[in-house]
Amino acid sequence: MKLIFERGEEGQFLSILPKCDVPVTKLPEKLKRAGAPHLPHVSENELSRHYSTLAKAVHGVNDGFYPLGSCTMKYNPKINEQVSALPGFTGVHPLQDDSTVQGSLEVLYDIEKALCAITGMDALTLQPAAGAHGEFTGLMLIKSYLRSKGQADVRKKIIVPDSAHGTNPASAAMCDFTIVNIPSAPDGCVDLDALKAAVGPDTAGLMLTNPNTVGVFDKNILEITKIVHDAGGLCYYDGANLNAVMGVVRPGDMGFDCIHLNLHKTFSTPHGGGGPGSGPVGCKAFLADFLPGVRVTRTAKGAYKSGSAKKHFGEVKAFGGNFLVVVRALAYILTLGKEGIPEASKNAVLNANYMQACLKEDYDLAFNVYCMHEFVLTLDRLHKETGVSALDLAKGLLDRGIHPPTMYFPLIVHEALMIEPTETEPKEMLDSVIAAFKELKKVAYENPQALHDAPLHTPVRRLDDVRAARTPVLRYKFS
Amino acid sequence: MGSYVPSSAAEREEMLKKIGVKSIDDLFAAVPRKMLVKSLDLPSGKSELEVSAIMTALSEKNKVYKTILRGAGAYDHYIPAVVGSVLSKEQFVTAYTPYQAEISQGILQNIFEYQTMICELTGMDVSNASVYDGATAMAEAVPMCKERKKTKAYISATVNPAYLEVVRTYCSASDTDLTVIPAKNGKTDVKALEKALSDDAACFILQQPNFFGLFEDAEKIGAVVHAAGAKYVMSVNPISMGFCKTPAEYGADVAVGEGQPLGMPLAFGGPYLGFMACKEAMQRKLPGRIVGQTVDVDGKTGYVLTLQAREQHIRREKASSNICSNQALCALCAAVYLSAMGAKGLSEAATLSTSKAHYLAKELCKIEGVDLVYKGEFFNEFVTTLPETGKVLKALDKAGILGGLPVDGGVLWCCTEKQTKEELDRAVAIVKEVLL
Repeated sequence: MKLIFERGEEGQFLSILPKCDVPVTKLPEKLKRAGAPHLPHVSENELSRHYSTLAKAVHGVNDGFYPLGSCTMKYNPKINEQVSALPGFTGVHPLQDDSTVQGSLEVLYDIEKALCAITGMDALTLQPAAGAHGEFTGLMLIKSYLRSKGQADVRKKIIVPDSAHGTNPASAAMCDFTIVNIPSAPDGCVDLDALKAAVGPDTAGLMLTNPNTVGVFDKNILEITKIVHDAGGLCYYDGANLNAVMGVVRPGDMGFDCIHLNLHKTFSTPHGGGGPGSGPVGCKAFLADFLPGVRVTRTAKGAYKSGSAKKHFGEVKAFGGNFLVVVRALAYILTLGKEGIPEASKNAVLNANYMQACLKEDYDLAFNVYCMHEFVLTLDRLHKETGVSALDLAKGLLDRGIHPPTMYFPLIVHEALMIEPTETEPKEMLDSVIAAFKELKKVAYENPQALHDAPLHTPVRRLDDVRAARTPVLRYKFS
Repeated sequence: MGSYVPSSAAEREEMLKKIGVKSIDDLFAAVPRKMLVKSLDLPSGKSELEVSAIMTALSEKNKVYKTILRGAGAYDHYIPAVVGSVLSKEQFVTAYTPYQAEISQGILQNIFEYQTMICELTGMDVSNASVYDGATAMAEAVPMCKERKKTKAYISATVNPAYLEVVRTYCSASDTDLTVIPAKNGKTDVKALEKALSDDAACFILQQPNFFGLFEDAEKIGAVVHAAGAKYVMSVNPISMGFCKTPAEYGADVAVGEGQPLGMPLAFGGPYLGFMACKEAMQRKLPGRIVGQTVDVDGKTGYVLTLQAREQHIRREKASSNICSNQALCALCAAVYLSAMGAKGLSEAATLSTSKAHYLAKELCKIEGVDLVYKGEFFNEFVTTLPETGKVLKALDKAGILGGLPVDGGVLWCCTEKQTKEELDRAVAIVKEVLL
């Protein structure tokens, strides 16, 4: 595909802006750049077609199965897109007077209430822009709390299981915590003895997903949170896997003190090829005074007022957050309501278990138990017997129009493929994907080379990652 | 109503049978019984028509101004029609981060093109694929500049105060010492900066044009910063890059900024776009995704996420940042905007915005009691004194005009190419009427 810079003719431009109707200001030469930037010079037709060409080389949720474990690639309802584009939402300046943004404040107020109901938290900020940003925010809540108790200099350690998302330790490091990695038990859950050995007077907190990254609900969760609390630490819930348990069980009832959610996973907002997401952070009442971002209250007369939490630790982003993402999530919650929210989670778990039950006939499960919304295959044996790796199998899926599962994660499973079908896939789709997996296993034993060579039918074939990293070409060079 | 679950009751039964359980609830056996939610405290689900009506009613409770004379970090620029058209393509909207390069070339190539455009705007060598917004871009620049013996950060008091708040938070998190250099007459006090910078200074952050719209003496400041052995971080308005001197020309090591003016609506503050670019020598310290060009097994050109050894999923606690999701669709928006505008259109947007701001300033200052608070060249924002600020803003509001933002010492006004002379004259007439 040609780059946009290689299209069109030099000197070509669109007629977008009018002539200046006031005297033109001439700024002094010393403030001016030496030459104009090289930007595309295309007609609107060429421009429009360029991006149509690019779009054709992308597999989105709308193009087929997308079982990317931990990412909850559910269908993105169109009504949510429609309402997020309403001029009353898109045309509002973030620094308008409260009286002129009552609708936006009500959106923030309503969704805070709904998300607190779903998670069992008491307060929530919509300011963080993504999951990792939420982690940073949640850890700063913990840090602020410890500072207020005069314990921040002593309680410096954040405990993270070795199965955790990489963002967990990275976020803790950004907050100047020391990371204590604890090994998982053979069942993929928290090793209680390892946890007991790790906690102490220097513990700031624990970061955990539940269900965890191997797709299992940790049945010892109450004991886990109690061990941390007894040691004086706080418990942080990574909401990446909330889609398994919405309306079934609440992190607040599991003993967690603060959480982040991923509206772009659990609450159906689209991921935009990498973002924008939204990573709201909820907490129990004792942490609420430290929350950053816009806090919305409702007056007796029903008006909405914006403000800041009493002892807020600062801001994590300019303005109130990725507001249009929040609008989409609110539309989703209104649509599902109290019946639909648990129904979504239960069917996500059903779909995952169905796929797991069918695939374990041909593949090894990393953990042979009922899973939650996702499960992990280990292709260790297949790899040893055929030379076909998890990567090879993933590339085979590409030729069959299927987005591969998350590969090589969690790190504690060899040759891992982590499959999260989500609740929005019909059985017919699951069956066709199961059939593709079964066929690929046959290919692995009969003609492994075919999978080493895959993919054959994608816009490009396997790309040279090593060359990309060793001799980086990170921009187009104009001649 | 509805949960977008497509399977029928009969299909669910079939699936349960295959799994070997009687009901879905059996799959939740690991959850301690006493913890199960009995009833969720939410209203019942609603039909699409009802949801549409509710959300529309909410949106109509907001006031959308026809004329917006307020900026301060969020700018009301014209968005070409083609931008919305490209951005609504479902492949771009619904895809995840391009982990599987073979079926994500469209997104990867766009990021490569976006990176190129950001490098062209700023004059820098390397750009990342985006961060959350201009404020977090500024905050993420600090750890890039820190070294073992270079640990302290410095920032001008003339940056957007909302950005300063975020930089403060990030520095407080990492226990980084942050010094705010005071302003003098609306600009960075260069003498104070020179005095303050110590041997262990990691970086100094400047915004150009600054929060008050003024052009800083960025060349001289760059020399002072580099003389102290620190890195120079500059935040710029991307529209100003249509004709203004680039961070590279001022000697900056890192360029950051808010990309919202490049085709993104005001949207009550987000989603926006943080851009970050740097000199080649610092590319391995740049946070976030970066796309690189390479070839496939057949020798065909293609694009991949690269230099991933910096990132959290590989380096975990040793990563350059925790960022994972970014603002990819907003980066696409900026790329389409810049493609539609071209260098000529961008320069026009910059010229029109500056000219209208200068016209508005001149006309406002003809009114008694209204004066420019700061002398000096400005871009598309300026601060005036304004007696009866509350009254004036109210009168403007009545006429569908969002007036400038009250700040210390006056009101911060802003213009873009969108306001016509007629609109500006009308605003001035209203101010005049109130102050008569």
